[in-house]
Amino acid sequence: MSDIKTETAPRPIPAPAVNNESKPFWEAAKQGRFLIKRCTACGEAHWYPRVYCPYCFSDTVWEESPGEGVIYTYSVMYRSPTGPYAIGYVTLNEGPAVLTNFVGCDLKTLKIGMKVKVRFQDTEGGPPVPVFAPV
Amino acid sequence: MSIKGKAYIGGVFEHPIRLATDQSTPQLHAECAKGALADAGLSKDDVDGYFCAGDAPGFGAMSMADYMGLKLRHMDSTETGGSSYVLHVGHAAEAIAAGKCSVALITLAGRPRSARPGGGGRPGGNPGDVPEAGFENIYGGSTHNTYGMCAMRHMHEYGTTSEQLAWIKVAASHHAQWNEHAMLREVVTVEDVLASPLIADPLHRLDCCVITDGGGAVIVVSPEVARSLNRPLVKVIGSAEAPKGPRGGRNLDLTYSGAVWSGPAAFAEAGVTPQDIKYASIYDSFTITVLMQLEDLGFCKKGDGGKFVADGNLISGVGKLPFNTDGGGLCNNHPTNRGGITKVIEAVRQLRGEAHPKVQVPSCDLALAHGTGGSLGTRHGAATLIMERE
Repeated sequence: MSDIKTETAPRPIPAPAVNNESKPFWEAAKQGRFLIKRCTACGEAHWYPRVYCPYCFSDTVWEESPGEGVIYTYSVMYRSPTGPYAIGYVTLNEGPAVLTNFVGCDLKTLKIGMKVKVRFQDTEGGPPVPVFAPV
Repeated sequence: MSIKGKAYIGGVFEHPIRLATDQSTPQLHAECAKGALADAGLSKDDVDGYFCAGDAPGFGAMSMADYMGLKLRHMDSTETGGSSYVLHVGHAAEAIAAGKCSVALITLAGRPRSARPGGGGRPGGNPGDVPEAGFENIYGGSTHNTYGMCAMRHMHEYGTTSEQLAWIKVAASHHAQWNEHAMLREVVTVEDVLASPLIADPLHRLDCCVITDGGGAVIVVSPEVARSLNRPLVKVIGSAEAPKGPRGGRNLDLTYSGAVWSGPAAFAEAGVTPQDIKYASIYDSFTITVLMQLEDLGFCKKGDGGKFVADGNLISGVGKLPFNTDGGGLCNNHPTNRGGITKVIEAVRQLRGEAHPKVQVPSCDLALAHGTGGSLGTRHGAATLIMERE
């Protein structure tokens, strides 16, 4: 695979589906702020954001996260018409794992356990979406 | 089995809202669930069975189960339009009578007045209401790379190698050579698998199943009918199912599947152990799928799957656990990208002694079929079936 270039331009990302429940997340994303949700009863953070805690079913509140964590796993997709891209999970410092794309590096240098931080990438006609890059 | 007197209605709730301009559809399902649980005096953690139909956004019951953080051992998304929920009460009673669940939750919710997704009672609702969609569908996830993520993590934690994964494909190809209908009949080597193009790191092209048109059918009958037929008697003795998803992302572990729950439950019902199984049909969308399921079903210790599958251990007549003797999804057939039924069919052939003579397991009186639907890397449903030759 040595002939395949893995330092790629960002993969075009479609507009995310937004609903009433997720709207505050996407409004914050437009300002470059990364929000997660935390339970008001058990105190656990979770991902993706829900109005009721998936652990104890109580009410949750939004909180801003620095969006820092480590790579839990990843896979570089080579069979792609727009060039290779990396999908994977980040374990946030707050606890939850987040499905995302890894950007801003040679994809061959990705490693499980690598420290990453959130950034926002523009989409095709929608709000920007969180992606993660090595720090 | 009669369900008369075997189940009761524990709680009910009708949502008071009639115009939901500020809620999402999953949220309405959850609010109805909370209302009925409160009416019954139960909590969410008491729920171990969930029933929904086409109005529930997402992938069958899995998206809503994951959204509400339900830990289930029974699920049913049977879709029959407006009558679904009447039918679900019956299904729930059957399941409870059979010991498959003890608290069954049924939900119905939607926003046709405020969202107007189309009309005509079309299932699915507003695509934007699939709870995980906005946060996941944007990242280019496919079966290849989400299963690739599982393989990557399995290698990281347990030292599993691409060579070991390749042995699964090699075994399937040894079986497929005898199946005149198999799409790929050529016997391949570990080297062939490793030399095939990388599709989604670390999975190569030959780690992936075939794409085929086709299908299959299974007829299940009563003992009386079975005995009236002039066919070998194949008895269902155990079955179990379980969904698995990130459930809020806490302690994410992609190295195991829902088979860790469905497997032991099915074995317990059947009263047998993995060591008793003479033949196993194991869902093989990818080589990693097989390896994880073998571990989770208890055919070997967690993390030892790589060693277990190496050196032909899955080849009929050679190894200890003959698997997918039709060539499986990796070589034979994966119709409509859903290969579950072919897993049941080959297990029945083995139990009847009707597999190809070159792959027929001698005295095959106990077989297992296991399926995984959805994605191991995000959310999936696991189902285990154990059958016995009488």
